[in-house]
Amino acid sequence: MKQTGPLLFGFVIGMIMFLQYFIPQPPFTVAYSLVLDWKQVVFGVSLILGVLSLLRFHGLRIRGRVSGWAYSVVAIVGFALVVGAAILQGTETGGYPWFFRTIQSPMQSTMFSLLAFFVASASYRAFRARTVHAALLLAAGVIVMLGRVPVGEFLAFSLGDQRISIPAISTWILDVPNLAAKRGILIGVGLGMTATALKILLGIERTYLGKSS
Amino acid sequence: MIPFPAWLDTARLAELVTALSFGTLVVYFVRRARSGVDIQIRRIPGLEAVEEAVGRATEMGRPILYCPGLDSMDEVATVASMNVLGQVARRVAEYETPILVPNRDPFVMTVAQQVVREAYAAAGRPDLYREGDVYYSTYSQFGYAANVCGTMMRTKPATNFYIGKFYAESLVMTETGNATGAIQIAGTDSDAQLPFFICSCDYTLIGEELYAGSAYLSREPLLLGTLRAQDMAKVAAIAILLLGSLLAAAGAFDSRAYLPG
Repeated sequence: MKQTGPLLFGFVIGMIMFLQYFIPQPPFTVAYSLVLDWKQVVFGVSLILGVLSLLRFHGLRIRGRVSGWAYSVVAIVGFALVVGAAILQGTETGGYPWFFRTIQSPMQSTMFSLLAFFVASASYRAFRARTVHAALLLAAGVIVMLGRVPVGEFLAFSLGDQRISIPAISTWILDVPNLAAKRGILIGVGLGMTATALKILLGIERTYLGKSS
Repeated sequence: MIPFPAWLDTARLAELVTALSFGTLVVYFVRRARSGVDIQIRRIPGLEAVEEAVGRATEMGRPILYCPGLDSMDEVATVASMNVLGQVARRVAEYETPILVPNRDPFVMTVAQQVVREAYAAAGRPDLYREGDVYYSTYSQFGYAANVCGTMMRTKPATNFYIGKFYAESLVMTETGNATGAIQIAGTDSDAQLPFFICSCDYTLIGEELYAGSAYLSREPLLLGTLRAQDMAKVAAIAILLLGSLLAAAGAFDSRAYLPG
């Protein structure tokens, strides 16, 4: 029962969720709403486990004085201050929204802004024309980038009596070969997702339970 | 009493037929695999490199970092990531190499702890499992990225795995991993993040290769059977696409009527 119980439970709930998609009638729609509500409850309980894990992780680092343990002190102090502010003053006014506006939000924006520099460094490494594929990638990348800036409109050439601009070529690259490849990947992903879901429903794949198949 | 036709949403009939057909294919190939038929699959470089990557970490005496993505267990990519984590953790346990698994979702953390613990137990080394190595980081997207980057800069893992569902933070983590000199293996079904992974990682599992990870690494016949069913379904999809394209080109129907908008 210890091994088959979770598999049976997963199969029953999985089949209910599968059937409700095709049978929009009360027994299945009610079950669907119930499962979504239970999911929120399970998430709330798992969040408690997550917080305990967080405190334990940083507590061990402080106790062991491992490299960078000062950051763990900052993490725990920050956690205590924000939770304390939320409990004492609520989440609408006071310290809780202040922490979010003045500390968390700017820090998140800072991390996001690093992307600009990382895109440049990754592109510099990836767009070297050492092979035919890399050269094609470089050419396509340059055309698409130029097509996205105002100066691209002024870069054009004539083919017969047609004027072809860089933005037009850029749009064609994105709408035809790029979209074709994307759709191919999405078809494969869709089939893979369906196969994985079926494997879990039928109990073939059990690694997520910590058991071999 | 609701009449029988009203029980079924006929607008989704095509999806039901497709799902049942695919399910029949899966059952057929699983039965074939059970009967002992040898199923061959093509080489996937990213998965072939797992053994080498774990060995490299062991030789260098540095840990392995495994990021299971940002979404919860209701995302199929995260389930696939847990399946791959089980296989990676088994190898890690055999090589006695530390593995760090920072999690953004607390539910994924509990699953990952169970998976890694069982992997160590299956390898006969339950004493090596340390609960603090599979931990909850933060639910904030870029807070998680900052935590992973900080971990990489301090512990200098020899191998980084990014397997699951990722968003804008992916390039921040992979570029930081590059700066530490780690070998990086990524796998995601997010088509928007694939270009970033391909540019910054040594190996990338593209789309369905992520879902093939568990079958490829374990070589379990039943799992390989489902892979074959996937491939057959893809062949059928390609055939239908080609047939539809030829019919549309021949003017058998007005394809513009099926365009969105």
